[in-house]
Amino acid sequence: MSEPARIEADPTVPAIHIYRDFRATPAQLVRAHTDPELVPLWMGPARRTMEVDYWDARSGGSWRYVDRTDGVELGFHGCFHEISDSRIVQTFTFEGMPEAVALETMVFQDLGDGMTRLHAWSLVDSFEGRDAWLASGMETGVNEGYAALDALLAAGRV
Amino acid sequence: MEEQLTLVFGALADPTRRDIVARLAVGDATVGELAAPYDISVQAISKHLKVLEGAGLVTKTAAAQRRSVHLEADVFGLMTTWIERYQRQAEERFRRLDALLEQMDQDGNVIPTTQETSS
Repeated sequence: MSEPARIEADPTVPAIHIYRDFRATPAQLVRAHTDPELVPLWMGPARRTMEVDYWDARSGGSWRYVDRTDGVELGFHGCFHEISDSRIVQTFTFEGMPEAVALETMVFQDLGDGMTRLHAWSLVDSFEGRDAWLASGMETGVNEGYAALDALLAAGRV
Repeated sequence: MEEQLTLVFGALADPTRRDIVARLAVGDATVGELAAPYDISVQAISKHLKVLEGAGLVTKTAAAQRRSVHLEADVFGLMTTWIERYQRQAEERFRRLDALLEQMDQDGNVIPTTQETSS
């Protein structure tokens, strides 16, 4: 069994780091992160439907998906800045907060013996934004009472 | 609560303040004691302490004639709670990824199992 994911809030820049080892090759992990047929099978929060709107997985391409839960639609979009054999760099925007954009980097390090270490980090533009994201559970912010978002939803603005 | 968390992370964004917190984790100390290892004034240390106090990370106590600074460990519990929840959600997601990777061949193609996953 793999060790559970390790999370660190970066003390020097507004970023969150995730580390996790997988029994897989870097190529398999890149595939799982870029194939639009595969991504919805694992990435979306449990008990939700993640529907890919568009997904052009190449350096310079763009992506968008919609998360549908109980009739509520939440959109997410961004650009693939770089996709290589061992690294994915992309932007991430939750459309409920359209002015906020995170820069996400995923590095897949081959550990040998069929194991690969994922180091993923999200860089946002302020510590306040990072902490709100962390506090909201990151998924969408609605999980457990992210009041500002709930208000937006209630107002029909999302 | 989220507001306090922002203050906590903001307070800990500074390396000197993190050092001060690390020092206080060992035990209470006076402002002078805290300033001693640094090449900065007691006034500058006091400024840092104000930020830490504002975030609820430290309090000033006046035991006997000695005014010392005390670390409030509870606040770290709050931060830990957020990070633990975030960690749980990430781990849930990665378990689903583990399951998917198990079905993948060397070329990255997924061999469908009995469970129908596409809609």
